[in-house]
Amino acid sequence: MTNCRAAPLLSVHRLTLRIGARLVCRDLEMRLFPGDSLVILGRNGAGKSTLLAALAGLRAPEEGEILLAGKRYAEHGARAAARQRSWLGQRRDDPFAARVLETALTGRHPHLGRWQWENAADVAKARAALAEVGLAEMTERDVRTLSGGERQRLAIATLLVQDAPLMLADEPLAHLDMNHQIAALTLFAGRVQRGAALVSILHDPGLAARYHTHALLMYGDGESEIGAAEDLLIPEKLSRLYGHPLLKITADGRTAFVPA
Amino acid sequence: MTKRLLGLLILALASLGAALSVGSLEISLAEWTEILRGKETLASDIVLKLRLPRAFSGFACGALLAVSGALMQALLRNPLADPYILGVSGGASVGALCAILLGLGGLLLDAFAFGGALAALLLVFGLARGDGSWTQTRLLLTGVMVAAGCGALVMLLMSVAPDARLRGMLFWLMGDLAQTMNPWPILGLLGLLLLAILPFAREITLLGHGMESAQALGVDVRRLRRIVYFLAALATAIAVTSAGAIGFIGLVVPHLTRRATGNDQRMLLPAAALLGGALLVAADTLARTLIAPEQLPVGVLTALLGVPAFLFLLSRRNTP
Repeated sequence: MTNCRAAPLLSVHRLTLRIGARLVCRDLEMRLFPGDSLVILGRNGAGKSTLLAALAGLRAPEEGEILLAGKRYAEHGARAAARQRSWLGQRRDDPFAARVLETALTGRHPHLGRWQWENAADVAKARAALAEVGLAEMTERDVRTLSGGERQRLAIATLLVQDAPLMLADEPLAHLDMNHQIAALTLFAGRVQRGAALVSILHDPGLAARYHTHALLMYGDGESEIGAAEDLLIPEKLSRLYGHPLLKITADGRTAFVPA
Repeated sequence: MTKRLLGLLILALASLGAALSVGSLEISLAEWTEILRGKETLASDIVLKLRLPRAFSGFACGALLAVSGALMQALLRNPLADPYILGVSGGASVGALCAILLGLGGLLLDAFAFGGALAALLLVFGLARGDGSWTQTRLLLTGVMVAAGCGALVMLLMSVAPDARLRGMLFWLMGDLAQTMNPWPILGLLGLLLLAILPFAREITLLGHGMESAQALGVDVRRLRRIVYFLAALATAIAVTSAGAIGFIGLVVPHLTRRATGNDQRMLLPAAALLGGALLVAADTLARTLIAPEQLPVGVLTALLGVPAFLFLLSRRNTP
């Protein structure tokens, strides 16, 4: 949001979203450039996922404009948009058997023509992503036999395989152990460093502060605040956000927020 | 993978071969060479004018039902879905029974059945449309309700029908290939359907991972669902019109096929077509030979053979 030379990957203008009669956000402004990472924080039901789905083009906004790489989603079309942005949803539900490698390969879909099959390079990309999330040994497993955390890491790998410059991740750390949480955030940070942009929804303000340049606080009544992470992720604002007093603890240069 | 597809192709050809050679008239090797040379004999009449059209129509119907079942399961993301779940067979049954009650047969019977299928289809999609986007549950519930309504109408028609017509009605309802004539139109339609659907196969596979995920991966989900629902329903309507409501093939064949090819629709759809066709031809061959000269309705046999086979597979491995 600070870098003004490159074109914005995502720009949001006067965005208003509602769930039924309830306001999620009003007149939201946002510009995301390569190298930016934005964390969305808010209480349960504040509309974080709804906002992220709108940013991903999966839900039409009530008012306002969402531009992905300068164009509206309708102008891109589904396939071209999928080469620009990837989206990690919260729900994992696999009614049919599928191998882990096969599932990771679905990330190549927007890069393949209608009659094209995945080639060796695509398979190599999928294997590399699976290795990055620690699933290299499980490529032949049926997704339905994976644990919740393993399934989540497979979804993250699929997101990486899609290789889009804008990554939108709805609770990417769900079901993950501490070590895998850090590994996942480090993976995302690496992509951001190489010119991608990230919007993620998290529940841990400490990890949010450590891995993101910007923050969006959603107070739940349509009111929201967006800005640099270090300005917003402070005990006063976070205490108000979660409706519970929070203490900031610093050790070895790392920050954590604990409920008072 | 391609090997398995080849295996299914051989199975399909074997079932067609058996259907041509088995029957009340045994055909000697000498007679076969005469048939192949194009000489007109009693044997060639039986093979080319009776057995061949019936086997080919059966193959096309089985393939259409299996493909349609696979598509419905993928669209509804429900392994229990079958081609009849949206009321297509119910509508066709009502149409066909009306025709039989009126004493109509042949092409008029087919026209009534197809009209009934289309009417049910339009009713379901019209009612489920609501705000413009068919939600899964509403579509499913509307389909089940329309099917139930059609079931009631079928009972009503049968209870007022004269006894002489009941047997024809029963055979139609259970699915019967005895009435089929020219197989080429339906085989052509099967080919067209596969040509129309295979370019979308990878996208249909993605629907299995969820509608939103598929959209995020670049599938125009709304458009895809419209196209695929329409084609699947059309395939069902064509199959039901020419052979009656043959049960079971559309539910079980996609499951059996999925065990061999996985859920990648690029392999699953052609494989399901081959296996569905082969199974229906095999069942029909049994149906007309088991208690010859009497014939059984083939729909009874598909269920009688399919249920134990499926239950056996299910108990052997716990992944359907």
